[in-house]
Amino acid sequence: MIDNIVDITLLSLLAIHAVAIIRMRSLFAVIMLFGGFSFLSAGLFVVMDAADVAFTEAAVGAGISTVLMLATLALTYAPAEIDKKEKRPTHQPWLPLSVVFITGALLIYGTWDIPAFGDPDAPAQQHVAPYYLEKSMPETGVPNVVTAVLASYRGFDTLGEVTVIFTAGIAVLLLIGGRRRVNPQIEKTGGKRET
Amino acid sequence: MKHNLILRVVSKFLIPLIFLFALYVQFHGDFGPGGGFQAGVIFSAGIILYALVFGVDSAKQVIPPYVLRLLASLGVLIYAGTGVATLLLGGNYLEYGVLASSQVAGQHLGILVIELGVGITVMSVMLIMFFAFAERGRPEMNSESKSE
Amino acid sequence: MDMILGHYNYWMVIIIMMAGFYTVISRGNLVKKIVGLNIFQVSVFLLYISIGNVKEGAVPIIEKGITLYSNPLPHVLILTAIVVGVATTALGLALVIRIKEAYGSIEEDDIHNQDQSL
Repeated sequence: MIDNIVDITLLSLLAIHAVAIIRMRSLFAVIMLFGGFSFLSAGLFVVMDAADVAFTEAAVGAGISTVLMLATLALTYAPAEIDKKEKRPTHQPWLPLSVVFITGALLIYGTWDIPAFGDPDAPAQQHVAPYYLEKSMPETGVPNVVTAVLASYRGFDTLGEVTVIFTAGIAVLLLIGGRRRVNPQIEKTGGKRET
Repeated sequence: MKHNLILRVVSKFLIPLIFLFALYVQFHGDFGPGGGFQAGVIFSAGIILYALVFGVDSAKQVIPPYVLRLLASLGVLIYAGTGVATLLLGGNYLEYGVLASSQVAGQHLGILVIELGVGITVMSVMLIMFFAFAERGRPEMNSESKSE
Repeated sequence: MDMILGHYNYWMVIIIMMAGFYTVISRGNLVKKIVGLNIFQVSVFLLYISIGNVKEGAVPIIEKGITLYSNPLPHVLILTAIVVGVATTALGLALVIRIKEAYGSIEEDDIHNQDQSL
């Protein structure tokens, strides 16, 4: 019962955060709210018994992502514009709103037949998961089933993931590795390219 | 700098603890939550804290960028190299059972080595990205013109 | 009532997903678009972990005396997805910085105007 209440409270707070991020115009506040959003989702993962995932989400989402976004904000706004607000939206929001509502309604219609949250007899808990839970101790000797699956049973996926991280690092180095090269056309007009 | 005083004192106390915690998470990934990714990110968070409080130049003296590039490649090499080692010892690619005397001991050794590779790569890539973002704002120090 | 308690997770996940989607398609600032994309990603992670949760189950670390564990497979997939997600976010932010240096602004309308007038 307490589990349910904590779950529902955290999810409602997350939804309120998401709506606040849409409405706020000050970019600094948006990034801070995003850090709080990541942290709340890490708490939600703990409530749903996913300890490794909560660890990673707290470290990566609330740590690295927020720092990189703040660095981008510092690089893309001149020091004089302290406000760092986004422009007032110029288009009418009717088309995006209708697209979002139709997609959301279709998705909710699709979840009508999903087995209830936490059902032990759901099809997702059959076939492979009991095999991993039973056989991971005798075959690998590692008590943490998530590490055993990640490193031993699905080792190829982890190899691909490490390669993706490495490639992203190389790409960031290629894009913004050196010091800033100043385009003289932009420096002359003080920020906007001459047409 | 008076307004930096609390930050400097507290971070000098916290940063070694952060590194210790990162090493704990790395090597206890088998017995509790943790593993390579989390440890790499926590380690890099310690160095990012150092760079934020004491300046990016001091952080670059702690870990020069060429070392970071070396470490990033080294991590991927360790991971793929374990697979090749198992190939050379007679098993399939990434079959850890042939690495040691028994199947379970081989799995332990294999998982330890590849988590180390993952941790090293994740730490260096996060730091590479942070240094690239932090250094972009400074204009070139030499006076030669650099127009594109 | 059972239906609402059983499906509340999925409906809230869909609401958060749509909030992120709306941010991506209707706001013009590039950094805000990337934040919206990240919100979308986190909601997808929540969906997967909700599917793998088992009521009265424990964290999937084998201990003596516990018989019912949560499903470890979604945890593995989402671990990979989180780290790949931060890599793509960093790459997107690097592209935003280069766009700012080339066009002088990160508002979508300004960039479109500059492109169309050339």
